[in-house]
Amino acid sequence: MNTKQDSLMELEEDTQKGKYLTFNLGKEVFGIEIRYVTEIIGIQPISAVPEVPDYVKGIINLRGKIIPLIDVRLKFKKEAVDYNDRTCIIVIDIDNISVGLIVDQVAEVLNIEDEDIVPPPEYRTGFQNKYIKSIGRVEESVKLILDCNKLLSEDEMEMVEQAVQ
Amino acid sequence: MAGRTLEPMLEMYLFESSQLLEQLEEILLRSEKTSRMSEDDINETFRIMHTIKGSSSMMMFSNLANLAHHIEDLFFHIRENKPASLDYSMVCDLVLIALDFFRNENLRIESGEDSDTPEGALVDRIASYLQQITGRAAGDDTATALYSQHPPRDQKFYVRQEKQELVQINWFRGFIQFDEGCEMENVRAFTVVHGIKEQCEQMYHYPEDLFENQECSQFIAQEGFLMAFSTRLTKEQVEAQLQEALFVKSILLNDLDETGFTEAVKELERRSKPVEEAGVDSGNSSFVSEQENTEMETIQDTVKSLKQSMITVNINKLDRLMDLVGEIVITESMVIRNPDLAGLQLDNFSKSARQLRKLTDDLQDVVMSIRMLPIGPTFHKMQRIVRDMARKINKEVDLKILGEETEVDKNIIDHLGDPLMHLIRNAMDHGIEEPEDRKSKGKPTKGNITLEASNTGGDVLIRIMDDGRGLDRKKLIEKARLKGLITKNDDEISDEEAYNLILLPGFSTKDAVTEFSGRGVGMDVVKSNIEKVGGSISIDSSLGAGTTINIKIPLTLAIVDGMQVNTGKSLYTIPTVAIRESFKAVEKNLIKDTDDNEMIMIRGNCYPIVRLHRHFGVTPKTDSLLEGIMIMVENDGKAVCLFADELLGEQQVVVKPLPGYLVRYPVKTSGIGGCTILGDGSISLIIDVTGIIYRTIQGGSV
Repeated sequence: MNTKQDSLMELEEDTQKGKYLTFNLGKEVFGIEIRYVTEIIGIQPISAVPEVPDYVKGIINLRGKIIPLIDVRLKFKKEAVDYNDRTCIIVIDIDNISVGLIVDQVAEVLNIEDEDIVPPPEYRTGFQNKYIKSIGRVEESVKLILDCNKLLSEDEMEMVEQAVQ
Repeated sequence: MAGRTLEPMLEMYLFESSQLLEQLEEILLRSEKTSRMSEDDINETFRIMHTIKGSSSMMMFSNLANLAHHIEDLFFHIRENKPASLDYSMVCDLVLIALDFFRNENLRIESGEDSDTPEGALVDRIASYLQQITGRAAGDDTATALYSQHPPRDQKFYVRQEKQELVQINWFRGFIQFDEGCEMENVRAFTVVHGIKEQCEQMYHYPEDLFENQECSQFIAQEGFLMAFSTRLTKEQVEAQLQEALFVKSILLNDLDETGFTEAVKELERRSKPVEEAGVDSGNSSFVSEQENTEMETIQDTVKSLKQSMITVNINKLDRLMDLVGEIVITESMVIRNPDLAGLQLDNFSKSARQLRKLTDDLQDVVMSIRMLPIGPTFHKMQRIVRDMARKINKEVDLKILGEETEVDKNIIDHLGDPLMHLIRNAMDHGIEEPEDRKSKGKPTKGNITLEASNTGGDVLIRIMDDGRGLDRKKLIEKARLKGLITKNDDEISDEEAYNLILLPGFSTKDAVTEFSGRGVGMDVVKSNIEKVGGSISIDSSLGAGTTINIKIPLTLAIVDGMQVNTGKSLYTIPTVAIRESFKAVEKNLIKDTDDNEMIMIRGNCYPIVRLHRHFGVTPKTDSLLEGIMIMVENDGKAVCLFADELLGEQQVVVKPLPGYLVRYPVKTSGIGGCTILGDGSISLIIDVTGIIYRTIQGGSV
């Protein structure tokens, strides 16, 4: 039975391999591996939660499940914009922790072959480089592929930084 | 063996043996106290060890089987010879050590490791003790002969000659069917054989190769299990013993005479061709004749009525059920408070709605009651700790248990074991004095610890009382000052505050660190554990006379009655139990101190004001204390007034934990205990009144 399940899982992973959901933040286009994505919903009324960093906007009720929201703009230290009807929440699930990412707008699901993906440059540009896992080339444009794990776990470092400031 | 890889079988094994071990521990502690073992106790111990031996060897845990086998030998000797001068505490000691060994191994098995800890040393101890007492009982060779018996799984036929002439021997032909779908029929059959063969002179069964042959499980499921045996037991005894086995659907027991027995044995031997063949021509290998069938049905009925009407349910299913009931409660208020209905005159609807409300309330109560367990077993586990510690630190202590039938939610019970253990250890180590000390103080040398549970409405109160030396207020304060945990003047500190100092991290009054306590961790862990399940802890003591620790825990965590309030756009739920009153503030009662701390005077008492909007950092609709609403909340005799925009009404809410991602932030300590979804789908944050009061009043000043 286990082996059957495993092979099913493998199959599922296979179909999801090489697929990325892309979204926009201002002019940049980001991608996340599709296997992390649970669903995409429009912006909803958010309940604020005390004592959290500004990029954690609060929690929402997704059909009985309570999900915290991260504003990716704020997380990347970009300027905040008002939410509009194009604003989307991408719900991702990593190791059974569900989080919603607030993004300007969702673009499309893309196939990016492994050979079109290159590691990010070593140097730190002005932009928050540490969340970028790799860079994907699709035709003439470039998609920045996010490291979802880092997106959720890097916080402790940041909290220390904040404390120092 | 294939059984090793079968999860359900392993699970069953662990479940069964943990229950048996618990049972055994109870017997041992009881008999140690009275320093005698009744015949029933001895038999029970024997039976338990026997079952464990059987199932362990079945699961190929040979070390466990071997150990159980030796304990079984010991008790066989005790049962058969009834030695007059038996040192029961010694026996209990040995078996308790073995018990821990079993528990440890079971834990390892549970976590997926192999159980391979060598049991040799322990077996030697038991064996040498057995030899010692057999020596004392002088020249009883049956026991020693038995002692050298091999582990049972190597044998198929059990013939024991030594005792044949002692009592009249009865011959039986037994036919057993197991419950459909109980699985592992071969294992079950083996357990049955194993259970009875010790009392049998001769034992034959079919299918014969219970383990070597995989098909035989299926065969037993379809056809049943046949055995023939001779024993000194009477028919009633045999029947009783067989019925003890798990999942037995029916037992058919025929009296035979000696010739009948030989024939039956022959019949069995005839059948002992490979089972596959027998399985194919099941037409003539079916054991049961028509007449026997009817007879069997009557027995079946009696067996059924004897079985307890209990089932074991996976806790996950209960959690799921609980969730669903929670969703129903939410949905119910979604329907009944639907905005579409606002302002309509709906008599019939309201009637039905009330009915629905009543039913969901009932449903909720039932589901809650399913999850309720008596606190007794958790308390009884403490007996063992008291016993072990009393020996190690040479103190005599009696543990009294009161109110063990008090029921508490399963989730909460799971969190109670550790704190209770800590507290009991503390009471024994720090509280109860040395026997000589006690004597000189005019107390009985034997110390008393009382563990008491009682139900007080919405809460369960657990008290741990000892009659030891009590807490020394002066010493506590001195120590706290030394560690810089306290800044107030001595006389500003109330007794209660002083006693509560021991709950602070890193605080230990004991100078020497012992195996059990004194490291200064512990009490703060106890406190945080208790608070994790929404409880509170307080300490009362009088120097020289003893200490009482009061733990207040909620009956259940899942559903609370709450008052909805809002501040700006945020909704908050305040548990109704914590609310004393709500009112509009009047200008003349408002006070501000020099640090701009706001307070309010009510009936001569002054209470601090907590503005929820400031506390939680949201923008309120109104900033004026006179416009919004004040809600006085109370916990542990301390009260504060919360200031919110408006009251929205009272409602039952289902508590949901905050999402996992937020755990890394100090949301909890800011005074949010959880969250809930309201009828319209919006989220309300549940205020942790204890947390807010703690933050406001104590504010880290102690």
